[in-house]
Amino acid sequence: MKFKKRLYVKNMRKLGDCMISIDKDLIKNIVSNGKRLDNREFNQYRDIIIETNIIPQAEGSARVKLGDTEVIAGVKLDIGEPFPDTGDEGMLMVGAEFVPLASEEFEPGPPNESSIELARVVDRAIRESKCIDLKKLCIKENEKVWCIFVDIDVLDHDGNLIDAATLAATAALLNTKMLKLEKDGENYKVNYEQKTDEPLPMTKKPVNTTFVKIGDAILADPSVQEEDAMDARLTVGTFEEDGETKFCSMQKGGNDGFTLEEIEKILDLAEEKGKELRKLLNF
Amino acid sequence: MEENKEIKRKLVIPGDFLGTGRPGHGTFLEEGKVYAKVIGLADEKNGTHFVIPLSGVYDPKRGDGVIGRIEDIVFSKWIVDINSPYIATLPLNEAVEEFIDFTKTDLTKYFDYGDLIFAEITSVTKTKMVQLSMKSSRCRKLRGGRIVKVTPAKVPRIIGKNGSMVEMIKELTGTQIVVGQNGVVWIKGEKEYLATEAIMLIEQKSHISGLTDQIKQMLEKSVKNKETVKKSIGDDYE
Amino acid sequence: MSRIDGRKFDELREIEAKVGILKNANGSAYFRLGDSIAIAGVFGPRTVHPKHMEKAECAILRTEYRMSPFSTVTRTRPGPGRREREISLVTREALSSVLFLEEFPKTAIDVHIEVLQASASTRCVGINAASLALADAGIPMRDLIASCSAGIVNREIVLDIAGKEDTEGEVDLPIAYYPRQKKVTLLQMDGIATKTEIKEIIKLAIKGALKIYEVQKEALRKKYEEVR
Repeated sequence: MKFKKRLYVKNMRKLGDCMISIDKDLIKNIVSNGKRLDNREFNQYRDIIIETNIIPQAEGSARVKLGDTEVIAGVKLDIGEPFPDTGDEGMLMVGAEFVPLASEEFEPGPPNESSIELARVVDRAIRESKCIDLKKLCIKENEKVWCIFVDIDVLDHDGNLIDAATLAATAALLNTKMLKLEKDGENYKVNYEQKTDEPLPMTKKPVNTTFVKIGDAILADPSVQEEDAMDARLTVGTFEEDGETKFCSMQKGGNDGFTLEEIEKILDLAEEKGKELRKLLNF
Repeated sequence: MEENKEIKRKLVIPGDFLGTGRPGHGTFLEEGKVYAKVIGLADEKNGTHFVIPLSGVYDPKRGDGVIGRIEDIVFSKWIVDINSPYIATLPLNEAVEEFIDFTKTDLTKYFDYGDLIFAEITSVTKTKMVQLSMKSSRCRKLRGGRIVKVTPAKVPRIIGKNGSMVEMIKELTGTQIVVGQNGVVWIKGEKEYLATEAIMLIEQKSHISGLTDQIKQMLEKSVKNKETVKKSIGDDYE
Repeated sequence: MSRIDGRKFDELREIEAKVGILKNANGSAYFRLGDSIAIAGVFGPRTVHPKHMEKAECAILRTEYRMSPFSTVTRTRPGPGRREREISLVTREALSSVLFLEEFPKTAIDVHIEVLQASASTRCVGINAASLALADAGIPMRDLIASCSAGIVNREIVLDIAGKEDTEGEVDLPIAYYPRQKKVTLLQMDGIATKTEIKEIIKLAIKGALKIYEVQKEALRKKYEEVR
């Protein structure tokens, strides 16, 4: 009985594997002929919709739809102790969840490496760009600071979660309003029910732009099938300051690698696409 | 003779350029050039480059004689552990001469869980399913004795040219030794520990020349020492 | 501007590499870059547990990067945190492309990296050790992978970020390099830089990786050659 069952499961998986490799070869073929499955240009992003303040109870929130990929970012504030080596700065934490309803491949349970990578790559763009003036969020040095929790829920996975999640996180932060801080004798208290009109001290708009390599081609904003077929992936985080694009983070993913020429090409594309995405963040 | 060949063969590491001939075992072809795939000794024969690996797990090949341990018995075959990432099976009709009705017979009568066998690989499929046979005359159950595991790449050294190395060890230690291509060596006899030591020494120093003599010297010295010790103890008890 | 440890801008820390240092692992190596030290052990190819993870057409590569509790200045809690899990992922992706995984279907190749002492660029030291351990285990490979970091410290582009240069510097950019095909298989950056600076940093890191590559090859040969 046990023997038979194993055989059955094996065959099912084989069929699934078979179907994935059909798609991979199809994508590779199409791309080598200069086209994409959804007829986009190689450096063209899918349609993007950004909605803010969709979770009124959160201090800030945003929903981003990038093609059929959908993510929601929510910002919650609290007060607490600062990180040990940055006693005069507010604390920022970014988390991400691959909610099982988003894809057949997401299983319930502890975070897998991809969701950890997603959270850390989004965090990197926001943190390294220094877009939030964390020093302004210090209440009492080494004792009490504002803590910013950005959490991303991936609701529908159709590829390029990184760019969608970063857009959602940045949009949510740009629309975050501070909570009221009250003092009770020596103790500081937060009034969780009362938002002020004061925005989070944000000075820049960081975005991530992700590109994949399939054969010799570089494609922007990969769909989920393109991610399955890719050789490698490079995500570049940028922001603008005084009209100049600055780069604040990079993350290569996938099993293959990039030549120096390919990296230089992607940096140019990242600058161009970063500008386009940032235009959508004018609230 | 073999020692001279050893000096001629060059030590290579993965990615080392070998030439522009054909890619043989342990090498790969990239843009018309042949490179080493594994760490080992490189050589060339009739325009084909090949590398004899100095390390690595056993990759089962048809025709190899291997030593395995019976792990499981399922329907009409035995599942055998052959010290490889791949499990081997020994079907009933390859193990036993007479016709047996497996639904009525207890297969452990022939080979039981834990038994050691020397068998021959008759086929390896593309997905690395290995099939064994006991039909060849050199195949048998190995009773008693002990097992030593070595790097499969070192097996040729342990056997030696025309069996010279293993025969010498057998003679000087008075043991029976069976060497499996899969890196499993079976030893049985009075001085099993000594034979084991010799084999472990070959494993460590397989790539140097003059090894046969070194092992011979080590064994002769040991045997002499042990005999001297034995004699003096014996004297006390006379 | 001189660096904290007095090195020139394009100077690597002292390198030490040893192959085959563990008895149990199929392959192993020790790699040191200045004060950063890592040991890597490789098991496999071996049968996959749990079985449902095996792939019919090739071996799976599993990589685990761990930091010893005593490796950092203040004790690190044992167990993989999010940072360690991310590094395990990018390390695996750095090593995959050179391995002939298709030669061992339905098996696993397990790489375990243990950082014994951390002084920045630990993922680089880990990858360098892992690369050697894979070769030592007899896993067929197209080339070795060499890893190195570069960045900006005190407004200067420098090679091999060490110790305090990590926390006090402006940019940290680790790479892993596949020399024969000239491909970058690991690339991460944090810190602010212009496009031109990034290109210079990567070029410098590649130079460093190529130097490390020579040391790796030497260490591998050394283990298998007997001094006559």
